[in-house]
Amino acid sequence: MSPLVLALVLGLAFGALLEAAGLGRARKLVGQFYFTDLTVLKVLFSALVTAMIGAFWLDRLGVIDLRQVYIPETFVVPQALGGVLFGAGLVLAGLCPGTSCVAAATGRRDGLAVMAGLVLGIVVFNAAFVRIRGFHESTALGTVTLPEALHIGRGSAVALVTLMACGAFALAERLQTGSGQ
Amino acid sequence: MRRDADPYLAGAGIGLVLLAAYAFAGRGLGASGAFASAAATLTAAAIGTEQAAAMPAVADYLPSGLASPLSDWLVWEIVGVAVGAFVSAWRAGRLASVCERGPGIRPATRIGAALAGGAVMGVGAKLARGCTSGQGLSGGALLSVGSWIFIVAAFAAAYACAPLARRLWR
Repeated sequence: MSPLVLALVLGLAFGALLEAAGLGRARKLVGQFYFTDLTVLKVLFSALVTAMIGAFWLDRLGVIDLRQVYIPETFVVPQALGGVLFGAGLVLAGLCPGTSCVAAATGRRDGLAVMAGLVLGIVVFNAAFVRIRGFHESTALGTVTLPEALHIGRGSAVALVTLMACGAFALAERLQTGSGQ
Repeated sequence: MRRDADPYLAGAGIGLVLLAAYAFAGRGLGASGAFASAAATLTAAAIGTEQAAAMPAVADYLPSGLASPLSDWLVWEIVGVAVGAFVSAWRAGRLASVCERGPGIRPATRIGAALAGGAVMGVGAKLARGCTSGQGLSGGALLSVGSWIFIVAAFAAAYACAPLARRLWR
């Protein structure tokens, strides 16, 4: 399969699953931040843990070679500030970049507005890029993973993240029962 | 209208899609990169290809740029996301021409907040080199340190700002 056809097929499945989970609707998505609907946490971390455990075992069994998979590089301060801006924008927008496409494609006008806002923000960033380039490339650590940074085995890190996610799921279930949802 | 799918099942499904992306494409899923392509294309249309190519942050995403194979991949993926979402919503009777918002909010206010929030997220995603999909999900599952910094910072900021935006939603 050509790479672009593969991208299309993976996108089809990704979009259908996001829509099925209800994450194309902004009010449901932001419920995460008012403790009324914790779908974001449940979907994000069950996806993350599934892919993490799958990648770990497929690599260990020799089915795939994780060294061939692109891992995003780390830039500590730009990514921390980027995360803060992203989170602040998210509660205003009610949708993230991926789910804004889901919202727009299923008839939600607010999704289309979020998409337009994203393009606008990137144009502004690009226009200012020459001035903030130094900051953007600061605190670079290269490709570094949690097990390397914490000096533990990859398996231990996978187990730790899985345990954390299970703890978060248990907490989420109790919170949601508590709020009567 | 069918009810929403079980979030754990939908999440596990997305995890398998992501795993397939690692295995067959050698990379994870993304979204903000497709918006960077759109921004570069619009910039080139507005100020001319030559001027746009002289802007370092834009040049990479133009058809001749370094990031163009990657950004083409993401554009096709995002087209898939939109089509997949449409088909899923259509089959479940969830297509609706609406503007999702809190009960006491005018559509114009909601659209304004969506534009502003989108713009702030756009800057954030560029600074962080990815969004919920590229950093949160794809980098997080590969245990990238920067991805986890992004996840923690984004959730913390969203919770800190949520009380200020309450009127939009509740």
